Amino acid sequence: MIRVVLPPHLRVLARVEREVELELPAEATQRAVIDALEVRFPQLRGTIRDPATMRRRPFVRFFGCGEDLSHEDPDAPLPPAIVTGSEPYLVVGAMAGG
Amino acid sequence: MSKVRVLVGTRKGAFVLTSDGARNDWSVSGPHFGGWEIYHLKGSPADPDRIYASQSSGWFGQVVQRSDDGGKSWQPVGNEFAYASVPGTHQWYDGTPHPWEFARVWHLEPSLDDPDVVYAGVEDAALFRTTDGGRSWQELAGLRTQETGPSWQPGAGGMCLHTILLDARRTGRMYAAISAAGAFRSDDGGESWRPINRGLRSRQIPDEEAEVGHCVHRIAGNPARPELLFMQKHWDVMRSDDGGESWREVSGDLPSDFGFPIDVHAHEPETVYVVPIKSDSEHYPPDGRLRVYRSRTGGGEWEPLTKGLPQDNCYVNVLRDAMAVDSLEGCGIYFGTTGGQVYASSDAGGTWSAIVRDLPAVLSVEVQTLP
Repeated sequence: MIRVVLPPHLRVLARVEREVELELPAEATQRAVIDALEVRFPQLRGTIRDPATMRRRPFVRFFGCGEDLSHEDPDAPLPPAIVTGSEPYLVVGAMAGG
Repeated sequence: MSKVRVLVGTRKGAFVLTSDGARNDWSVSGPHFGGWEIYHLKGSPADPDRIYASQSSGWFGQVVQRSDDGGKSWQPVGNEFAYASVPGTHQWYDGTPHPWEFARVWHLEPSLDDPDVVYAGVEDAALFRTTDGGRSWQELAGLRTQETGPSWQPGAGGMCLHTILLDARRTGRMYAAISAAGAFRSDDGGESWRPINRGLRSRQIPDEEAEVGHCVHRIAGNPARPELLFMQKHWDVMRSDDGGESWREVSGDLPSDFGFPIDVHAHEPETVYVVPIKSDSEHYPPDGRLRVYRSRTGGGEWEPLTKGLPQDNCYVNVLRDAMAVDSLEGCGIYFGTTGGQVYASSDAGGTWSAIVRDLPAVLSVEVQTLP
């Protein structure tokens, strides 16, 4: 079970509380997390990844286990602590003010 | 008694303002979608409780919201705006080729007779349509792929399709305007388009009278006289008596003919409203005095409307989609400012008062006249 923490605006859009729990295979990847998130919450499609390119939006970042995962290979396995749910996977709006 | 519902899009959310037909006392609902830019909201003429909203963010992209109960509750609908073909390039500000990229929906124009049909004007300029109440959007590619497309260039706000006018009397006729490409007309429901910019002159382009390249800010007309159109261009207020085939300048005695919005009285097709702005870099009223100008002669001769509007130290702007009229007997005029005020007049501009005065910067104002 993977725990995903969404930024406040996307929690409102998805109508969820702070964390979302997703069941994924043991070799879960970042791409699989976002895919599963968009299946469960179709209203989030296009908000984290550009729907045309499927690339992370420039002002969205992915954190986990105290590391910035934004630039990691989206098909690389996630850290075990995220896969087991002991650490959350964080979707974060870049600190850009505005 | 009739009611009025004013839909206000701001930099940080949407607000719904309602009043009875007297338009003296207003209730304010919002912010809806707090923190998001709401470029535009508009209700369906065929079902006033059906409202669509364009919600966007520099972080999270484009969302489209739909309400089926007059703005009390909302549901996100489809937000994928994929160009129908490989989009190619348009001109960048310096004239170099730049790839066409979707940024946001600027304007939503519901069909006159079907609440499930809506047209969307987007940046980079293209026209989309939904026929299923917003669940899916398809490009009407005949506009973007019109032969002049590669020479279009952005205005300061981006290369946006910001105006969509539907002709209620002539089936299939519609107008679109793009900054900074110009005005376009379709006579076949949006399938094919041609530029309609004859008579426009713009000093900011090498050929001042080019077929395209003009920064049209807004077009408006009265549905009872669909051939009569008024345009606020970057500079110049223009008029067409032939459905856009030709334009002539009617700036007349305005203190400045730069501005963004333009609108037409609900019952008098020759009564026009503009908000003069000092210049293209000084986006505030001349002399710090917020004045709406009205022409009752279809342009040329203009009178300032000031009663109830700030007449000193006022340096707000009024953006292109931020003026609207109701259709009550004493035509109501409404506009919102970048300072967060929404002003209303229930006597066709004679007197004004602020419905609200401390909203986030106002991007758009639409009005629904309800039974």
